[in-house]
Amino acid sequence: MNADAPRADDGTGATAQPASSEPLLHADKVTMRFGGLVANKDVDFSIPRGSIVSLIGPNGAGKTTFFNQLTGMLTPTSGDIVFDGASLVGRAPHEIVEMGIGRTFQNIRLFGAMTVLANVMVGRHTRMKASWWASLLKLPAVRAEENDTRERARQLLKMVGLRRRYEDDWAKNLPYGDQRRLELARALASEPKLLLLDEPTAGMNPGETAQMTALIKRLRDELDLTVLLIEHDMKVVMGISERITVLDYGEKLAEGAPEEIRANPAVIEAYLGKQATGA
Amino acid sequence: MDRLMRRALVTGLLGGIAGIHVSLVGMVDTFQRRDTIADLVTLGSMLPILILLVVGWRAASPIKSAALSPTAGRSLLLGAMAGAVGGLILAALAILVVAVDLGWVLINATPGLAEVLQFEQGAAIGSLLLIGGGALLGSAGASLHVLPSAIARSLAVAFVISVGTALMEPFLGPVLRNLSLDVVEETFFAGGGLTLFGFVVVFGLTAAAVYAWATRGDTARERVAAMPADRRRTAKLIWFGVLFLLLLALPQLVGQRLSEVVGTVGLYVLLGLGLNIVVGFAGLLDLGYVAFYAVGAYTTAVLTSPVSPAFSPELPFWGALPFVIIAAAMIGLMVGAPVLRLRGDYLAIVTLGFGEIARVIFLSAWAQPIVGGAQGILSVPPPLPFDRDPQSIYYPILFFCILAAVAATSLGASRVGRAWNAMREDESVAEATGVNTIRYKLLAFGLGAAFGCIAGALFAAKIGVIYPQSFDILVSINALALIILGGMGNIAGVVVGAIVLVGLPELLREFSEYRLLIYGAVLVAMMLLRPEGLLPSRQRSAELHSHESDEEQYAETTGEDTGRPVVST
Repeated sequence: MNADAPRADDGTGATAQPASSEPLLHADKVTMRFGGLVANKDVDFSIPRGSIVSLIGPNGAGKTTFFNQLTGMLTPTSGDIVFDGASLVGRAPHEIVEMGIGRTFQNIRLFGAMTVLANVMVGRHTRMKASWWASLLKLPAVRAEENDTRERARQLLKMVGLRRRYEDDWAKNLPYGDQRRLELARALASEPKLLLLDEPTAGMNPGETAQMTALIKRLRDELDLTVLLIEHDMKVVMGISERITVLDYGEKLAEGAPEEIRANPAVIEAYLGKQATGA
Repeated sequence: MDRLMRRALVTGLLGGIAGIHVSLVGMVDTFQRRDTIADLVTLGSMLPILILLVVGWRAASPIKSAALSPTAGRSLLLGAMAGAVGGLILAALAILVVAVDLGWVLINATPGLAEVLQFEQGAAIGSLLLIGGGALLGSAGASLHVLPSAIARSLAVAFVISVGTALMEPFLGPVLRNLSLDVVEETFFAGGGLTLFGFVVVFGLTAAAVYAWATRGDTARERVAAMPADRRRTAKLIWFGVLFLLLLALPQLVGQRLSEVVGTVGLYVLLGLGLNIVVGFAGLLDLGYVAFYAVGAYTTAVLTSPVSPAFSPELPFWGALPFVIIAAAMIGLMVGAPVLRLRGDYLAIVTLGFGEIARVIFLSAWAQPIVGGAQGILSVPPPLPFDRDPQSIYYPILFFCILAAVAATSLGASRVGRAWNAMREDESVAEATGVNTIRYKLLAFGLGAAFGCIAGALFAAKIGVIYPQSFDILVSINALALIILGGMGNIAGVVVGAIVLVGLPELLREFSEYRLLIYGAVLVAMMLLRPEGLLPSRQRSAELHSHESDEEQYAETTGEDTGRPVVST
């Protein structure tokens, strides 16, 4: 009922800044069909530079499908996704990493039988230049680049809070929470402009969740990142996001600041069923 | 009867059956011709001895799933029991063979076999010896569980190495004689095996060395790690220098006949190193590696042989080599491109097909005008200035082996190697981390193909004649088996694997009819007992053993709890 008034207020405060520069990523009427199933339908979606944005929705709402289109695992049936001035559509995942989008996975997927340090160094793959024949000959430039990469990887491990003595251990031997941190470090190693986090606090207890949330915020500030989260945990989403987009049945249901989403009857209905809105 | 007892009996029974098998296929009798310990233990009686030792060891091992581990005394008892059961079965076999003439169905069931089994002591004493000896050997095997692990380990390794040394007599004997160390040769070796003195010395020395490494190895490693970088470098250089000089002198040390064997081992080292890039580094299971070997050999033969059927440019070996490498790259892309989207089992089956296609094409009437069909191509010249003499052709093989080893080492530890490893671990995540997986797959296939083709070229030059039959699937299987046996992803492992799978059979030529039987048994045993191979890379061990107890092992190796680090906020 008083939806109009705060909106005007917030509009000048929070959205004026991003509106001045173009968004880092803009999805325009993205549609994804699998045979007869429409997983995403005409989704318009923008991520302002420097923001932390969340994508939420009930199970099967098409969040992961949308995510996979951003990372190049899927190609949209129609529509366009523009990242930093260039279209992503039709590019291979590794090209998209090179353009500046890094990601983590919902169920942690590290290179298990590689060392912690090597995992992060692989992450820097696209920012390295050594060709196979230069590596074969161990040219001085290759050695220098290798040393530089190792140092940067160590800095990243420190930044996400992994102790240095872990660096020669197998990634698969790390405790769960540390594996999440390592995955984050690996994604950061590619120097992304946009970091996509797929349920970064899944399986964590409240203490760990709070630490992870703080870490994400800190990384955003220190590294000048833009962050897109997919998250189920409403507390995390409300605590961290500056903007939230809600998907339901593959379509955009609502978009706005956390308080607006919290108050939006359609969102409550989608999440809790019809009676909840009545009550 | 409890579970442990039951298992001991079953193990003894299985051991007995294995003993019957090796006896009846004739291995025991044939191996009688060589001694392991001169005038004491023949290679033939070594077989039941080994079986009974393993039976005892197996019978006393803890049952992990039920958390049952027998006490020390119980272990020995179980081992003795299993060994005695095995011995009893063999004793029964010996008596049966004498009593009933089975010779008309089982040609090896002769009284001679009974004599061997009964240690030539007659039925009564022989049987008692077998049962008693079985019990003794069984408990010896079981004692490996009882003794402190460092001691058990050093005893087991020393035993294997001593028996190995005895088997290597045809190789080591001539080496010692060529070094004019006849005295040493005579004291250590006799009758195609070690003398008792030699066996004791080898056993003692290796046991002591392994024990020292097990107990003090960590300090040694730490000391090496603590050495300043430049000194470590010097030490490494000296070590490589000595190794290099040894390799250079090898053909002179071993003489003409064995140089032939060494050359063959070298070819397989080269094949193994190339295949290791594809399978070990990049995780692409290629079962058709022989295709590259064949293409390399045929390209060389066509371009260099004066009697090459269609056209003979008669290039020298080194002149043909660039074309071989071009052919390799092309064939690598041809095999690689269609299988880019395939993974795991599917890739293995398709490459298996490619390997067969290559052989069939070279055999076909269609290709006969160029490659000579079943007659093959004759008179392939050796790579000048080396001639076909095995002591000479060894050097180009050595050269390419070193080249491949250096290439594999530097690539393995680079951006490229990491990208391959990442692909092997999880292909889609590697792609999502920025690795162009298509490109790196093709690169792995291309480089693997190059080494395979060079090995083929050297093979053609080494034997001078090539036929399609030389390129059957066994070459692929051998190359794959040797990197698995040696330790995947590790260069020293490839060398050891080639020596064991290719070199040893050549030294045991008189027993070649049992080659595949032993080969199979060794591979099965390896996969069960030490799946990471003889000399594993750290990576493979982690992969195959860490799932047993991830977190505990982690806590153990780092010496601290698995607590999570605190983040400053």
